[in-house]
Amino acid sequence: MQYLVSVIDDGTGPDTPTEDAAIDVFNDRLRAEGYWVFAGGLGSPDPATVIDNRGEQAVITDGPFVESKEYVAGFWIIEAPDLDVVLKLATEGSKACNRKIEVRPFL
Amino acid sequence: MSVVDVREAITRVHHEEWARVVASLARRFGDLDIAEEAAAEAFAAAVERWPADGVPPNPGGWLTTTAKHKAIDRLRRENRRDDKQKEAQMVYDDPPEHLGAVEDERLRLIFTCCHPALAMETRVALTLRMVGGLTVPEIARAFLVSETAMGRRITRAKDKIKTARIPYRVPSAEDLPARVCGVLAVLFLVFNEGYLASGSDTDPVRHDLTAEAIRLTRLIRALLPHDGEVAGLLALMLLTEARRTARVSALGELVALDEQDRGAWDAALIAEGQRLVRERLAAAAAGVAPGRYQILAAINAVHTSAGDVRDTDWSQVLALYDQLVRLDPSPIIVLNRAVAVAELDGPYVALATVDSLEDKLGGYHAYHATRAHLLRRLGCSQESRAAYDKAIELAGNTAETAYLTRRREQLG
Repeated sequence: MQYLVSVIDDGTGPDTPTEDAAIDVFNDRLRAEGYWVFAGGLGSPDPATVIDNRGEQAVITDGPFVESKEYVAGFWIIEAPDLDVVLKLATEGSKACNRKIEVRPFL
Repeated sequence: MSVVDVREAITRVHHEEWARVVASLARRFGDLDIAEEAAAEAFAAAVERWPADGVPPNPGGWLTTTAKHKAIDRLRRENRRDDKQKEAQMVYDDPPEHLGAVEDERLRLIFTCCHPALAMETRVALTLRMVGGLTVPEIARAFLVSETAMGRRITRAKDKIKTARIPYRVPSAEDLPARVCGVLAVLFLVFNEGYLASGSDTDPVRHDLTAEAIRLTRLIRALLPHDGEVAGLLALMLLTEARRTARVSALGELVALDEQDRGAWDAALIAEGQRLVRERLAAAAAGVAPGRYQILAAINAVHTSAGDVRDTDWSQVLALYDQLVRLDPSPIIVLNRAVAVAELDGPYVALATVDSLEDKLGGYHAYHATRAHLLRRLGCSQESRAAYDKAIELAGNTAETAYLTRRREQLG
């Protein structure tokens, strides 16, 4: 079972070197214990572009699809047997990256 | 057996066996929805068949077998157990033979329903449905929401348990205390909603809810007999429930502890509650630090041991509140402690403490009610009246409003 573990930035701004170091330690642990699938950092949604090609012509919009103070600033994809395991990991991850975390199961 | 006897037997069996049937089906089919529906169908079959066929010698076994067949029928009918569906089954730990002690399936069910990833109101609804066996309309009525909304809440919870893989499991020893605490919070909330029912059209005391909370807490107590806080919460509920009939007058007005007819208290419930408190006191003497429910139960044990309000051992009450404040320095605990302070050191000293809580409790009716009582004792009628006004405005319980109104009228 895989989970999307999103990092929520609520105005915290870019990672500090201390946070980066803590995230590295956490990532190593995920790899060592077999939970790691993938991870990535995203930064602010300012440079986002939205494309809607459901109509006759593709419409391109500058900016994110939703305007919000909170945004997804990065994510992990974690392989875990159940929610309890991933919640424990996410609790540590939140401490490591010093941000809120959202956990969602993949279908 | 008469029709009435059969009906009573079915009610009793429903109380005793519902959770067991749901729990064993949930484990077998890995799906709470199927378990719930099949259990409901099995009980419906009992209602239909037992009056004619008689109550079977092993009603629980009959219901589990019937429910199992109903579940298999449903699965065949829908024939939807493809691989994806199997994947979405609930997760279990190791098979039962790997567990040290014989474990009751109902514990898994309770811990799953009270999982911290579910919102509190969802946990309450799910626990009452899956463990308590209340129907969706009954739960909807209990919490003053529409049946549709309550049905949606429960369906969403079942979906989340399945898709997010909330495990069907008793937590590990390391996580157990925190998770038991979460279960007790659900039961205490159900009890309190019954004991101090909100809403202007509801009965001031909802005995159905207090009784259900006690029944479920007894169940947890039977399943986790060594947990001190479980014993504490059960004792607290019993000692509170014992005063239920004395707490509301014939006119529907709340009767405060100092004015209650103590002869109307339920002696059997008090004896049971006090026995539990003594058991926990012995554990505390042996070095096991009591949690908040145990301390609250002990406070209630002190009150219920006084045959007359004048015999109340207030210094004991205050000592227990001091212990509680160290554990949980929340403003509500400090407010309740002030009541004991008023009895020992007088209303003036107590009022100083109460007034310091205004920032935190200004929107809470009990804060204003406590102030009003203290001001009345100090002879400050005008200020007392203003505090009663505020308390009445904020109180949600009909009996309490009536009581506060009468006390206000009595001011000179």
